[in-house]
Amino acid sequence: MANIEINYKNDICQIECSGGWTLDSVAEVSPQLKKALSAIGEASDVILDITSVEVFDSAGAILLLNYADKFKGKGYHVNITGASEEQQRMLAMYRQQLATTTTETQLNPRSIAARLEHLGEKSINYVLGTAHFFAFLGETFNALIYYFVHPSSIRFRAIFKNIEEAGVRALPIIALTAFLIGVVIAYQSAVQLEKFGASIFIVDMIGIAVTRELSPLITAIVVAGRSGSSYTAQLGVMKITEEIDAMKTMGFDPYRFLVLPRIIALMIAMPLMIFFADLIGILGGMFIANVQLNMSYSEFASRLQSVLDIKHVWVGIIKGPFFAGLIAAVGCYRGFQVSYNTESIGRYTTISVVNAIFLVIACDAAFSVVLTELGI
Amino acid sequence: MSAAVVSMRNIVTRFGENLVHNDVNLTVYKGEIYGLLGGSGSGKSTLLREMIMLLRPESGSVEVLGHDVLHIKHTEAAELRKKWGVLFQSGALYTSLTVAENIAITLKEYTSLPPDLIDSIVMAKISMVGLPEHAASLYPAELSGGMVKRASLARALSMDPQILFLDEPTSGLDPVGAEAFDKLIVSLREHLGFTVVMVTHDLDSIWTIVDRLCVLGDKKVVAEGSLEEVMQSTHPTIESFFRGSRGTIRSRV
Repeated sequence: MANIEINYKNDICQIECSGGWTLDSVAEVSPQLKKALSAIGEASDVILDITSVEVFDSAGAILLLNYADKFKGKGYHVNITGASEEQQRMLAMYRQQLATTTTETQLNPRSIAARLEHLGEKSINYVLGTAHFFAFLGETFNALIYYFVHPSSIRFRAIFKNIEEAGVRALPIIALTAFLIGVVIAYQSAVQLEKFGASIFIVDMIGIAVTRELSPLITAIVVAGRSGSSYTAQLGVMKITEEIDAMKTMGFDPYRFLVLPRIIALMIAMPLMIFFADLIGILGGMFIANVQLNMSYSEFASRLQSVLDIKHVWVGIIKGPFFAGLIAAVGCYRGFQVSYNTESIGRYTTISVVNAIFLVIACDAAFSVVLTELGI
Repeated sequence: MSAAVVSMRNIVTRFGENLVHNDVNLTVYKGEIYGLLGGSGSGKSTLLREMIMLLRPESGSVEVLGHDVLHIKHTEAAELRKKWGVLFQSGALYTSLTVAENIAITLKEYTSLPPDLIDSIVMAKISMVGLPEHAASLYPAELSGGMVKRASLARALSMDPQILFLDEPTSGLDPVGAEAFDKLIVSLREHLGFTVVMVTHDLDSIWTIVDRLCVLGDKKVVAEGSLEEVMQSTHPTIESFFRGSRGTIRSRV
């Protein structure tokens, strides 16, 4: 328990400090001192008497010195009395430390100048960020040219490993989501089509919707969540542990060794995954058509053959490399942006996934417009 | 003789098949700077981790500030943790916080001090360990190796600890920086009166600042005591440690 007691003698204000002035207890006495500071009456001298202070640590010492300064600031003559030899030494040391520290002036965060400064900083960062992304793309392209000039430098092993990691291992989750999408579409359309007695059109519906739009999009979203995020986290950790710097010093260009294998692997794997998702999605629709509309599998298959132009399947698959390129490039770019602290890995991983999904949808919209205009 | 602050009795540690300590005994007394020595892999850092409750030995007893840390209650352990400061080998500053926030974090969590007083304490600690004032607002990634060590020392000192555990405080510092750091620890000990337990291989630190030390070898403590006492031993570990070419230069001086 820390305590103070204030006595006035002639024109001297004597503040008796007692108890233990430590980290745990000085919080109690700090408001009392504050009150004493504002309520101090007629006096010319202030005496802070610490004779009966039992324990004293850095918090106690600094609090005492702070208030001594505050009383001095109000024009009083301040004395600290009753300090034991050890306490005197402590006070002298902290006095010295405090003397060297001055309060720094900062812009008030609410002032207009501060807000403008913030706005300007954000804008510049935005422009620089875009420039950096183009620089990243340029470096990647540069490395690609190197691959063409020196085909022996292509990292086939890394590419195959990445295809396995991002493609093969993603098949179960893609199968599950594609199947469920097929089921959902079939269910929704079965109810509507049955009303018109047009149940057979469920085949057109599922065939075209799944192959042309849904399976590329769903595959891309799964891959962005799975591989885009892991690329960012992998490269981010490699940056923090200085592995990327080590690679540079050994002459291993990170774009050739890390970025391109990932982008190429995903561009190869994605169309294959989309084709796989096509098959499973149609299977899901077929299953529901059978259960809900009593359409036999063979009937479904023969109808599918006559209504599903092969161009729809190709349109879906062609989107694959584009989506893959966007996801892998954003993933790697954000990975390089990670700064030297652990929090930024989480932040950039999130940004990478959000960016990748947005870009994929924007790219898909662009495809829709262009292909419709071309009449494909 | 003053009271024992840390005592370890009959410690046996095993990682899988690998026996690291076989019956280790040591005692650290109040107010001294105690060095833990030994070659790489002799289990110095492991012993330190056992003292600060990061590892449990297979058997034996560990007592820190009168608490039996192997059979300690949750609340008691929380109290004990406020009474020591630990400096990790790589600093282990929280990378997402500034130096000032790193130092303030225990004060904010464990005390109800007003924010302006916490700021003053933080600035005092920063200046106490010899960091420039502007370092307060820097992030750990922006500091040099020596500054990281100083900042983590300031963080270890934030709660006015009674014991300071240092894991290789001078590793990675240049000789001038290492000497300055050693002097800093000695002068802080004089002013604040804490006990220091340090793991080190730095022969200069051993010669200049350590009061008592123990040398680990063959899974045991091969010698414990002041430097003169330890040097009397003819154990091969001590022979190689102090009479290797790096050691002899020092002992001739």
